Amino acid sequence: MDLIVFYILATVMVLASLLVVGQRNPMYSVLLLILSFMALSALYVQLDAPFMAVTQIIIYAGAIMVLFLFVVMLLNVPREEPAAPDPTRPFIGAGVRRLGLVLSLALVVELVWALRRLGSAPLGAEAGELSSVRAIGRVLFTEHAFAFEVTSVLILVAMVGAVVLARKEA
Amino acid sequence: MPTLNHYLVLSAVLFSIGTAGVFLRRNLITLLLSIEIMLNAVNLTFVAVGRYLGSVDGQIIVFFVMTVAAAEAAVGLAIVIALFRHRETLNPDAFTSLRW
Repeated sequence: MDLIVFYILATVMVLASLLVVGQRNPMYSVLLLILSFMALSALYVQLDAPFMAVTQIIIYAGAIMVLFLFVVMLLNVPREEPAAPDPTRPFIGAGVRRLGLVLSLALVVELVWALRRLGSAPLGAEAGELSSVRAIGRVLFTEHAFAFEVTSVLILVAMVGAVVLARKEA
Repeated sequence: MPTLNHYLVLSAVLFSIGTAGVFLRRNLITLLLSIEIMLNAVNLTFVAVGRYLGSVDGQIIVFFVMTVAAAEAAVGLAIVIALFRHRETLNPDAFTSLRW
């Protein structure tokens, strides 16, 4: 039963991600990516990580993707122009791009082959403390307290940077 | 029950889709979206391995990755807006000089 749910979610995720990459209209890409993130959050639930599932929806689908949607609508460039061949720049064009596709396929074959050799490792039957927000909070604010504080500085810097970059005459 | 390998293989496939997107697309926004796909593939690995090892640290790292992804998206999109203002295009092949 769990396996069937996993396969359904995995299929949704892979198909949505493929369509994100294959889509010429960035608007549809963003919406499909939100679908993919929904499936991923369901996978987190299956992995006994409900906190991560909720965070995935709130932060990724709710904040980051809305930011992307804002920019797509603001810039209003719905379609990607077809590539114009340029003999003076040989590293830009369809041939090189096809090579990139081959490299990506090689990457997936290699990774899947390497993982297949691992044999199958069953996940532990009991999740125990893992799925509780209390356990996550305790570790986050004791062992990783410094990293957590640095994160707030990072967000501040990103905020200031975004404002400076997007200003009129930056 | 799906095993650890199921999750790792799914994550590998997703990461490769993201890589293909970075190679194939000629739209800066789609490139950023492909990077998000790759980040999420890695997040899935972290959560699955954390579950396998019985450790909360996997989920903590995912939390930090999400924060960095948010910062990256904000700065990246600001750069995209600034570039679009100069050139009226989102094709990365059009941006070949450091200043103009």
